[in-house]
Amino acid sequence: MIYDTIMIPTPKNLNWMWIWGIVLTFCLAMQIVTGIILVMHYTPHVDLAFASVEHIMRNVNGGHMLRYLHQNGASLFFVAVYLHIFRGLYYGSYKAPREITWIIGMLIYLLMMATAFMGYVLPWGQMSFWGATVITGLFGAIPFVGDSLQTWLLGGPAVDNATLNRFFSLHYLLPFVIAALVAVHIWAFHTTGNNNPTGVEVRRTSKEDAQKDTLPFWPYFVMKDLFALSLILVIFFAIVGFMPNYLGHPDNYIEANPLVTPSHIVPEWYFLPFYAILRAFTADVWVVMFANWITGGLIDAKFFGVLAMFGAIAVMALAPWLDTSRVRSGRYRPMFKWWFALLCVDFVVLAWVGAMPAEEPYATISLIASAYWFAYFLVILPLLGVIEKPQAAPATIEDDFKAHYGASSGAPAE
Amino acid sequence: MFKKIAIAAVAALTLSGGVAMAAGAEGHVENVDFSFQGPFGSFDQNQLQRGLQVYTEVCAACHGLRYVPLRTLADEGGPHLPEDQVRAYAAQFEIFDAELDDFRPRVETDPFPMSNLENAPDLSLMAKARAGFSGPYGTGINQLFKGMGGPEYIYSLLLGYTGEEKTEAGVTLYENTAFPGGWIAMAPPLYEDQLEFADGHSNSMEAVAEDVAAFLMWTAEPKMMARKQTGLVAVIFLSVLTVLLYLTNKRIWMPVKRKEKNV
Repeated sequence: MIYDTIMIPTPKNLNWMWIWGIVLTFCLAMQIVTGIILVMHYTPHVDLAFASVEHIMRNVNGGHMLRYLHQNGASLFFVAVYLHIFRGLYYGSYKAPREITWIIGMLIYLLMMATAFMGYVLPWGQMSFWGATVITGLFGAIPFVGDSLQTWLLGGPAVDNATLNRFFSLHYLLPFVIAALVAVHIWAFHTTGNNNPTGVEVRRTSKEDAQKDTLPFWPYFVMKDLFALSLILVIFFAIVGFMPNYLGHPDNYIEANPLVTPSHIVPEWYFLPFYAILRAFTADVWVVMFANWITGGLIDAKFFGVLAMFGAIAVMALAPWLDTSRVRSGRYRPMFKWWFALLCVDFVVLAWVGAMPAEEPYATISLIASAYWFAYFLVILPLLGVIEKPQAAPATIEDDFKAHYGASSGAPAE
Repeated sequence: MFKKIAIAAVAALTLSGGVAMAAGAEGHVENVDFSFQGPFGSFDQNQLQRGLQVYTEVCAACHGLRYVPLRTLADEGGPHLPEDQVRAYAAQFEIFDAELDDFRPRVETDPFPMSNLENAPDLSLMAKARAGFSGPYGTGINQLFKGMGGPEYIYSLLLGYTGEEKTEAGVTLYENTAFPGGWIAMAPPLYEDQLEFADGHSNSMEAVAEDVAAFLMWTAEPKMMARKQTGLVAVIFLSVLTVLLYLTNKRIWMPVKRKEKNV
C-alpha cells in the first residue's frame, strides 16, 4: 500500500500550483513538532501563561526559535492553504468526482481556523484576550441559545482561566484530528486521481494510454515538490530570522488585562477577509433590515454578520454544486477567468478592509467586497455554466504536455 | 492567471502588517538608524552598557524589567558585562525571599525588580509592544523597510515633550508628540548633562534616548543576535539545498521533456 501510495500515477502536466499540498503537510508536521516541545515549557494559567512564554523566549535553549517557528508557521500554513484553495477553485478541482476531497478539505480549513484562533489565545497577551472575547461573543449573537452557548464555550461568564485551559486542551487535540482528516483527504484524491491544469481526466481505456498521461509520483513529483518546499522555506526562514514579529501585533506583547480594551482589536491576518465580512453587515444595510423585518427581529445586525461570515465559507464549500459548467478547468473558460481574477482581488481587498477601522470609506468597500464574494458563488458560478461558451480543451493530458514541451510550440522547456 | 494570485498572496502578507497600524498611528515617530536593524545588524555592546546605565539611573526609579533575568547582562550578544560586575549590579537591589521570610540582596539568577509605581508600565517588552510605523494605507510597507518602530517609538517619546502641562482630575499631564492622544502622565525624564558615560560618549538628550531605546530593544529581544545568526545560516543552507534540488529535478524530468521535443 505504501508502495502504491508513493508510486501513484500522477498527471504529468501538473504545474507549480500543485506544490501547496506538500507545503501544507510539512506545515502540519512542523507545527505539531514545535508545538509539542513548546508545551513542555508553557503554563496554561492566566497568571503564568504570559510569563511562561517569556520564559521560553529567554531561558529555554533555542526556545525563541521554536516559538517564532511555531508563530510564523501558522502564517505559512495559511498562505499555503489559501493558495491551495484558490488553485482548486480555478482548475475546478472541486468538481465531480472530487467533491469528497473538497468537502474534507473545507473541514480541515475550518479546523485550522479554530486551531489557529485558540493558539493565538495561549500567550495571553492583550490581543489574545480581546480577540477571544470578540470571537466567542459571536456565538452569543445566536438567538435563544446564544448566551448559554457562549457561557458553555468559555466555561464562565467571561474569558478567564477556564477558557484558557480548554483552548489549550483543544489546541493540542485538533491538530491530530486535522492529521487524520489529511490522511482521508489524500486517500480521497488517490481514489479519484489528481486533477490537473487541463481538467481532462487521465485516460483509463488501457494501461498504455494511462501511462502516456502520467508519471509515477516518485521520483518525478517528489523531487519537484521538495524543490518548491525548499524554496519556500528560504523565504520562511528569512522571515523567522530577520523579522519574526512583522506578521504579529505589538499589543500581544502586553499581558492580557480585562480592564483595558485595546483601541483597535484586529485578528491575525489570515482571518481578516472573513472578519471584514462579519463587520460589513451593519444595521443600516437594507439586506440586514429586511432579514430583521422578515424574521420579526430574530436576526439582528450582529447575528446577520455571524451568519454572513460562516455563510462565506459555506458557499465556498458548496462550490461543487453551484458551478454548473461542464468544463472543469478555468483555463478553457474565457469569462470565468475574469470573474475568478476579480474574486482573488476581492479576497485581498477584504483582507485589507478587515485590518482597517470600521469607518468610511472602508465600511462601504467591505460591503461591496462581501457582496461580490457571495455573488461569485451564488450567482456567477451557476450562471456562467449556462451563458459561457468554453474553448476547446485538449483531448488528453498527453496532448497538453506535448503542446507545452513539444518542439513545434516553441515554448521554452522549464 | 496564477501570477495574479501570487501577487494577491504577497499583498495579503504585506497587508497583515497593516494590523500593527493602530498602535502608532496617532503620534509622530522619528526613524532612527539603530545598529541592530536589518538582517545583518547587531547590538552595539557599548551602547547597551550605556543604555543600562541610563535605565538604572533614570528609568528604574519608576519602571521595572520583571521578565529580564539579571544574569543575562553577562550574555554575549547583549551588554556582555563581566560576571563580577553583574553580581555587584544585582546586589544593589533587594528581593523578598519566601524561604528566608525576609529581604535579601538579589543574585544574578534573580530578575530585575518590578515597577515601583503602579501606573509605570514594565519595560521588559516595551520595544516590541509598541509600533512606531504603519501604512501607507495599511499596506505594511513602512514596517517592512523601517522596522516595526518599537525602539524608535521609545526614542521619540523621550524627546517628544513640548513643555506644555495640564492638570486633569488632579493628575498632571505633559504634552508629548509621540504619545497616542498627545498627553502623557510621565514627567519629562531626560534633561541635558543628566549623566556622564565612562566611555566618554556624548550625553546629549538625543544620544541618551538612543542608548536607552537600544537597551530596551535588547531587554525585549535578548536573543536577537542568535536569531539572526540562525536565520542567516538557515537561509544559506536552504538556498544551496534549493539549487541542488532544482538541478536534480531538472535532471529527472529531462528525459521526459526531451522525448516530447523529439516526437
